[in-house]
Amino acid sequence: MTTTSENTTAPAAPEPTPAKATGLLPLPLTTARALILGGGALTVVSCFLSWTWTAAFPGDLTVYGYPGGLQWQVLVTGLLTVLFSLSSYGVKGTRWLTPAGADAALKFSALASFATAWYTIVAISVQLGGPINLEPGGAVVGVATLLTLIGTLALPFERPELHPVDPEDDSWSQFRHKAANGWQTFKASFAAGQARTLRPLPSAVEILIITGILATGLGIFTYGIGTEYDELFIGFLITAGLGFAALTKSGLIQQATQLTAKHQNLTIAGAFIAAALFPFTQTDDQYATIGVYILIFATVALGLNIVVGLAGLLDLGYVAFLGVGAYAAALVSGAPTSPLGIHLPFWAAVLVGAGASLIFGVLIGAPTLRLRGDYLAIVTLGFGEIFRITMMNTDGTSGPDITNGSNGIASIPNLNIFGFDFGMEHSIAGFTIGRFANYFFLMLLIMAVVVLVFRRSGNSRIGRAWVAIREDETAALAMGINGFRVKLIAFALGASLAGVAGTVQAHVTYTVTPEQYLFAGPIPPNSAFLLAAVVLGGMGTMSGPLVGAALLFLIPNKLQFMGDYQLLAFGLALILLMRFRPEGIIANRRNQLEFHENAEAPATLAKAGA
Amino acid sequence: MTTTTTTKDTAPAVPEREPVLDARGVTMRFGGLTAVRDVNLTVNSGEIVGLIGPNGAGKTTFFNCLTGLYIPTEGEVRYKGNVLPPKSFKVTDAGIARTFQNIRLFSNMTVLENVLVGRHTRMKEGLWSALLRLPGFKKAEAEAETRALELLEFIGLKHKADHLAKNLPYGEQRKLEIARALASDPGLILLDEPTAGMNPQETRAAEELIFAIRDMGVAVLVIEHDMRFIFNLCDRVAVLVQGEKLLEGDSQTVQSDERVIAAYLGEPFEGAPGEEEVAEVEAAEAAAEEATAEATAEEATGTDADPEPSDADEATDAATDSTETAAEDTPKAPGSGKENDA
Repeated sequence: MTTTSENTTAPAAPEPTPAKATGLLPLPLTTARALILGGGALTVVSCFLSWTWTAAFPGDLTVYGYPGGLQWQVLVTGLLTVLFSLSSYGVKGTRWLTPAGADAALKFSALASFATAWYTIVAISVQLGGPINLEPGGAVVGVATLLTLIGTLALPFERPELHPVDPEDDSWSQFRHKAANGWQTFKASFAAGQARTLRPLPSAVEILIITGILATGLGIFTYGIGTEYDELFIGFLITAGLGFAALTKSGLIQQATQLTAKHQNLTIAGAFIAAALFPFTQTDDQYATIGVYILIFATVALGLNIVVGLAGLLDLGYVAFLGVGAYAAALVSGAPTSPLGIHLPFWAAVLVGAGASLIFGVLIGAPTLRLRGDYLAIVTLGFGEIFRITMMNTDGTSGPDITNGSNGIASIPNLNIFGFDFGMEHSIAGFTIGRFANYFFLMLLIMAVVVLVFRRSGNSRIGRAWVAIREDETAALAMGINGFRVKLIAFALGASLAGVAGTVQAHVTYTVTPEQYLFAGPIPPNSAFLLAAVVLGGMGTMSGPLVGAALLFLIPNKLQFMGDYQLLAFGLALILLMRFRPEGIIANRRNQLEFHENAEAPATLAKAGA
Repeated sequence: MTTTTTTKDTAPAVPEREPVLDARGVTMRFGGLTAVRDVNLTVNSGEIVGLIGPNGAGKTTFFNCLTGLYIPTEGEVRYKGNVLPPKSFKVTDAGIARTFQNIRLFSNMTVLENVLVGRHTRMKEGLWSALLRLPGFKKAEAEAETRALELLEFIGLKHKADHLAKNLPYGEQRKLEIARALASDPGLILLDEPTAGMNPQETRAAEELIFAIRDMGVAVLVIEHDMRFIFNLCDRVAVLVQGEKLLEGDSQTVQSDERVIAAYLGEPFEGAPGEEEVAEVEAAEAAAEEATAEATAEEATGTDADPEPSDADEATDAATDSTETAAEDTPKAPGSGKENDA
């Protein structure tokens, strides 16, 4: 059905520029296509060969007939290449894979398998002492991925209009100009077209597709969190990053976004169910620990997103509100080191934590929110430090004995809600659910509340007022918005959400110490990382901070060898991302238009200058 | 035509109109500088009033006093009999909406959202209502959206409701600002240079729009530089010069008042430049040219310079000065309308 309509349009497209459409490498088109398909197939086959002779390299790549470790990742990218290649041949049943054209997607999938395979080869060579340690299978995969990449680079693309070089320039300018032209051509070779809009499907099918997408997401996340050694995780980052790029270029992501936007509530509910299934995929509590820490971090980041992303208030001391909540909960938790010595039930502890954060939020906000911009950032930065130092000094010697100073409040008992002891292992439907998995579920519930608050407040009178104030405060006031009041609500709401997350955090970590609530440090959550999670993920979006927080927590956690260079690498990544994708990983519609104006150029700017 | 025919005469002519805005003795000082001095202005319901004046006359300062951005140093502003509160959001709540001289839309919000923000004061749902989706919430949101779409239809932008405000063409951004102001159901709308940077067609469209707003029962106070626009549009025009109200009256009165012309153009060169002056100037120019020609010729021959050439030089200077002023003045004559500079 769809293929007939495409066959009529497909030959029409290349006609205007038949001479221009050549690839980066001079190969005939048929050869290139054959090379890609052959290379892709060979890559898939080679994953079933032995790549090295010894099991000393982690993941056991010595087995014939069964892929292991990094081979799985190469296998996935190889399969992706083969599928896209078949789609580019127009094979029936594969056309739906590339709604935005196969060529750009092929380039990225080939690049993904090339990068992962060659990373493996180099890692084997370096770790075992030379390429001599490779088995023939390793050579085969190297050659196969290289051939595929060469094939994709020979695919024709629409060359951009280049500015001719001025022959009267000096040689340095000419060189720069040529380099710029080359870069433009290179960039254009990876450009993809616009995806076809998805044809309406029966809603049952659409829901099934969304379920599939969510299941894939859960699978990828579970795989990533479960990577056991550094090489596998780096390979995962390469595969996932470039693979995602390939899917984006193929237009599948665009169609998936359309679909999830259509069934938004369903997608969110499904995502929570998928997340709740995560502990059931685990055999022990090891990765549920990471899961619960990611959830705490992500929940706080989402709360910060209300303050920063919606209302535009730069809060540099946000982690202090998490700390206030955690300390408040620890003090009333009945911990032996708590001077209060009272034990409130969890719901009361949550109220105390949220209330304490709310009070501090209003105390900080009320005097400073009358000011604009940078002053608030400075005051919140100061508040963050004041909180930490106060907790440090209320140890009985420098001040009153409340928090035990740097020792913190230790041995916080596990929660017990309606007889459900969070410290014990439980058996649900044959699966063993450990302590951290219990807290994982509780945290998921709290995150659901925060998501609900974010969505409902964002899409209301007060949410619009926040955005209006972020955009132009004077105009917002002239619209009758009580700027101070509205900003204070945003600030206090953000603070109390962080306080709620803090109450759970205190129980998860057993101990609260002042050093958990730094402005910047290697371990998230701290204020700088929280802000980075919001900015990296995408300001003002819901899923952005979640993705940003997951990445920012996983990467330092998994790549232990980076050690001291972690913050340096983090800074570099942040700069690169802000240069090339300032709207964050997940951009909302607004920011995408805001930062990439060329995409939808307003033709009237010149006129507005009058 | 005498210049004393101001409010005293016009007010009894339309007795059924009651004053919406009543500014009495508004004075605004910034330190030693008095930007606005003792200005009285009334706007009656169903009326379009223009406020004109040369650059720096204090129009925008006066405007800001009316909208609560500034609190007048002396005097008071009443809206429907009540003294205006000193905060701009309370002023909007009371019923005065405004637009800005430089467009200040919420550029990264959609057209519809912009208008919905304008509706803010007429909705009462707070945070709890939004979070818990209390029964009134959906109703209020739906009502606001209906009203916003009505307004968008009114200005002819309904089909662009989902566009980002910043992607609209300039003229439509101006219109959207007006719709956003109207969304708060004001009794008086203040327009700060609504046609700045518009071409003649757009200006005419704006005129129609403002008449339509008046017909909706909203009083209009408009600042503008485009004289043709003002005199077509306004029932009354007030002229502000150096912070003081020079004159108030209908278009004819203001248009032909000598003091207004003087304020805009400066004191004329021995009265208005008539034909006699033009002839004189031309004669002087011709004479000056001859004189300079002679002078250069004499200098070239090397003879002693006699006093005549220097006199001729002075004459040339004077002549060119006067022509320059004449040339500058003519296109600005009131009534001819300021041509679009965009």
